[in-house]
Amino acid sequence: MDKLRVKIDGRTILAAPGKTILEVAEENGIHIPTLCHLDGLRDVGACRLCIVDLYGQLVTSCTTKVADGMEIGTQTETVRAYRRTILELLFAEGNHVCSFCVSNGGCELQDLACELGMHSVRVPYTYRRERVDATHPRFLIDRDRCVLCGRCVRVCQEVEGAHTWGFAERGATVRVITDLAVPWGTAESCTSCGKCVEVCPTGAIARKGASNAEMRKHPDLVAELTERRARG
Amino acid sequence: MGKVKVATVWFSGCAGCHMSLLDIDEVLIDLAGRVEFCNSPITDLKVFPEGGVDVTLVEGAIGNEEQLELARTVRAKSKIVISLGDCAVTGNVPALRNGIPPRELIEEIYGTSRTTNGALPYEVVPRLLERVRPLHEVIPVDYFLHGCPPPAGLIAKAVLALLDGKTPELAGADLKFG
Repeated sequence: MDKLRVKIDGRTILAAPGKTILEVAEENGIHIPTLCHLDGLRDVGACRLCIVDLYGQLVTSCTTKVADGMEIGTQTETVRAYRRTILELLFAEGNHVCSFCVSNGGCELQDLACELGMHSVRVPYTYRRERVDATHPRFLIDRDRCVLCGRCVRVCQEVEGAHTWGFAERGATVRVITDLAVPWGTAESCTSCGKCVEVCPTGAIARKGASNAEMRKHPDLVAELTERRARG
Repeated sequence: MGKVKVATVWFSGCAGCHMSLLDIDEVLIDLAGRVEFCNSPITDLKVFPEGGVDVTLVEGAIGNEEQLELARTVRAKSKIVISLGDCAVTGNVPALRNGIPPRELIEEIYGTSRTTNGALPYEVVPRLLERVRPLHEVIPVDYFLHGCPPPAGLIAKAVLALLDGKTPELAGADLKFG
């Protein structure tokens, strides 16, 4: 198959057709920040943090395929400014209080603040209040900590095949729900496999009984599972 | 050169950030020679210096009218203002009350208390703001020290850089909340 020639951050790279910008960048040791992306799950471009600069257009690198002659900037001033604002909006939209969160010290959102140099949130915090659902015997969801990445929805659908998690409503009121917005503990389709807990990048979906800073997730198990299944 | 004037103030926070400031250990000895500590909850100087200061470290979020007024004084009389810790930077724990009307809070806490005989403190204590806000939502802030509390080493790094006339390089793990 003919390779495509692309330029990433000024470096000429030969890439296989059909790959996303994110895949090609990662294969070549170029790091792009991500949040909703997870190896083993379908990419949806939900969080927008992986945007890259096509010099005239910003696109999500996880859902955009490379094209011949494409020039891509992963760290331009524009793209860094947008990423920071997107991250600040995520912090302002929820209630991400790291100090008493179960995932303190093991949170992808907290790590992104360090990586993207977020000194403060320059938009006003919304302090919205969401209900905690602790009706499941083993797990709970604190929607104040949800970033709507949809990893739980996708892993439940694509890997477990249970389709328990889904999105309800639209725009600013969108939230993740179990079955037809029933309490998680009464969601009949849930197999209690716990994959949603492991892939959730923050402390939103957690194991019951975990205290401050005690949750450590294993999102990489999804790639491991899907690779093993593909091998048969 | 005279000593650098440093003040600290304590708004809605638990004093943990001030504990962390004291926790910089032997750096305090170094600071003692170069810094004049002005108004601070850890000194007996309770009035913010009329003549102003070089640096003010602010712990805590802005939760009542008195804090809002003092924050404005701090900004007017400080060359550099630093948000010290997650409450000042994000609102953190004190901001958990946001969304509950202040009157309900006061009535819940004082109205049912035996020690106050149900008297509600509307006149003698500063009125609560409708919502708790991070410091930079009410005044411009120059630097942000993250953490609950910020690690002592981070405070030392920032203060020592400023004393040397440099910009504190706050990046990577320095920006970890919590």
